[in-house]
Amino acid sequence: MKALVLSRVLSRGRAAATAARAADRSARRARLVTLLLLFAAAAAAVLALAGGGDLALAPAGVVRALVDPNAATADPATHFVVWELRLPRVVTGLLAGAALALSGAVFQALLRNPLGSPDVLGFTQGAATGALTAIVLLGGVGGAVAVPVGAVAGALLAGGAVLLLARGGRQQLVLVGIAVGAVLTGVNGYLLTRGQLTDAARAVLWLTGSLDGVDWSAAAVLAVALAVLVPLTLGQARALRLLELGEDAATALGVPVARTRRMLLLAALLLAAAAASAAGPVAFVALTAPQLARRLTRAPGPNLLPSAAMGALLLVLADWAAQRAVPGHQLPVGVVTGLLGGGYLVRLLVRERRSATV
Amino acid sequence: MTALTADPPSLTLRGWRLPLASAALLLAVLGLSLALGAKPLAPGAVWQGLTDPAAPAWDVVHGMRLPRTLLGLLAGSALGLAGGVMRALTRNPLADPGLLGVNAGASAAVVTASALLGLSGFGGAVWFAFAGAALVAVLVHAVGGGRTATPARLVLAGTAVNAALFSYVSAVELVDTDALDRMRFWTVGSLASAQLGTVAAMTPFVLAGLALALALARPLGALALGEDSARALGSRLPVTRAGATLAVTLLCGAATAACGPLVFVGLLTPHLVARLTGPDPRHQLPYCAVFGPVLLLGADVLGRLVARPGEVQVGVVTAVVGGLLLLALVCRRGGPA
Repeated sequence: MKALVLSRVLSRGRAAATAARAADRSARRARLVTLLLLFAAAAAAVLALAGGGDLALAPAGVVRALVDPNAATADPATHFVVWELRLPRVVTGLLAGAALALSGAVFQALLRNPLGSPDVLGFTQGAATGALTAIVLLGGVGGAVAVPVGAVAGALLAGGAVLLLARGGRQQLVLVGIAVGAVLTGVNGYLLTRGQLTDAARAVLWLTGSLDGVDWSAAAVLAVALAVLVPLTLGQARALRLLELGEDAATALGVPVARTRRMLLLAALLLAAAAASAAGPVAFVALTAPQLARRLTRAPGPNLLPSAAMGALLLVLADWAAQRAVPGHQLPVGVVTGLLGGGYLVRLLVRERRSATV
Repeated sequence: MTALTADPPSLTLRGWRLPLASAALLLAVLGLSLALGAKPLAPGAVWQGLTDPAAPAWDVVHGMRLPRTLLGLLAGSALGLAGGVMRALTRNPLADPGLLGVNAGASAAVVTASALLGLSGFGGAVWFAFAGAALVAVLVHAVGGGRTATPARLVLAGTAVNAALFSYVSAVELVDTDALDRMRFWTVGSLASAQLGTVAAMTPFVLAGLALALALARPLGALALGEDSARALGSRLPVTRAGATLAVTLLCGAATAACGPLVFVGLLTPHLVARLTGPDPRHQLPYCAVFGPVLLLGADVLGRLVARPGEVQVGVVTAVVGGLLLLALVCRRGGPA
């Protein structure tokens, strides 16, 4: 009798393990399919964006301009438009979107809070303060380097302040972030009034988040930053997934919790700051992209790579929409992401009301 | 926090001293606002400028400082009292009309009216401001979780609404340069471009809002005890809620239409007043209407002094000071929920 019960329990356990493995496998397949779909969509967006505008090109024309080595001599105008005007903008958009989304995914996993994103936590406002200080007070001293350096320094300072001040738990972190963001918004307003009119106009455009006029140097700086930070972050993906189970469980499973947290926080901060230095503080990509990626893959865990792909796609799509939303005007991309992201945040709050995570 | 105490903590200031001290403070700030600026005036010169049309200071005082001071007085009262009402209504220490997006709703409606219909000036804008303020007040309340809302949820809902509306306003202003030109000083939140006509047009709305809010002090005080107690004490909750929302809409809409979306006056004022009077809304609300202008005009005067000979808009000063207070509040509470 006992043996019978035991064997039944065992077989039930085996069945559960098989089912779990099957679920794991299907989740992995779903993640792969999602990733491929997102990459395909991003590639299509590149073709559409590099082909659209005052000089309209068919996708075939874009591909020819991109890959044909003789295109530069055969059709220099098209080559110039694609290579020097549109491609830097698209590439910077893709990279900045990926960086923001990856940063948001790490924050949301570390804080175990769907609202943990650099926008809500005040880091982007800090980056803006740093960049504004560089634009307005230094007045262009240091040239193209001053703004990115200022943005990174500002984001690090704001992030450090928020993390130091919020010792009371994850929910307090969000409120402290909002408060720090409010103070910095006031400081930003003050800096705007101090500057020359031309500086102020440049600063306003930067503050909204815009890809207007970015060139290859911005894309290159961002690419270098990503080349270091992305492998670093992805290398910690397993530790991050374990951290989501709780710190005790992660410690028991051999994760050096304090060191991993510090490293991931720093990497996420730097990712957000790098994106802000290239494109300005584009709002809410970091908040929405990981959420959307998670819904698409239906997989638990931080979903780092799908989030990054989703962020890249979202940012270039928002840029595409911003260029075409109002005929005759080019809006900065931050306006579109701010509108959509704010709406999404409202929806998120409504949905999370029951589950009491917020 | 919400107990009705007969003897508030700072008993020494009660009785006749607190009314007297706050009246003196208000008069002092009004005087400073009239006297200080790009060209400081001595008290005697201010008095002559107010009373004697032949005096050299007449133009400065009547053309610039007096409208500005009166606008600050009205807007400060309106915003301070609106903050007090919202705090009592939601029983939420972080309920500030600016932080919760009500003022941003009013400003988005005004900017829309300006861009689509070409309206400008207070008279055309104020009705749109009312509509926007009411809409956002209801929306944030619903998103924040209705009656079960926690401070954190309400603030988050407000942040989301604020961010979306801010993007909307910048989109409208970037597309329509005429609207940008009309509205760009207004969207920062400033008292500098005040005119006596605006002040006169705004007065009836603010007075109506003040009267309504003060009339609601007793039911709001009952509500502070909890909904069941309030019902037991005979107050009709739906009437109280609707009346308080109407009062907040009138006060915030009028203030925003006149001087742009100002944040944090509604957070700072009730917080300060609660320290002086204790938690009972019946004692708090009248003082909110007095300390609101003290804070707003004080911030305005400070903004005129720190960046001489230019000036910092009052919205910037209140954002920095109020943000620091919010920071102190959320740090000390250790995780409000």
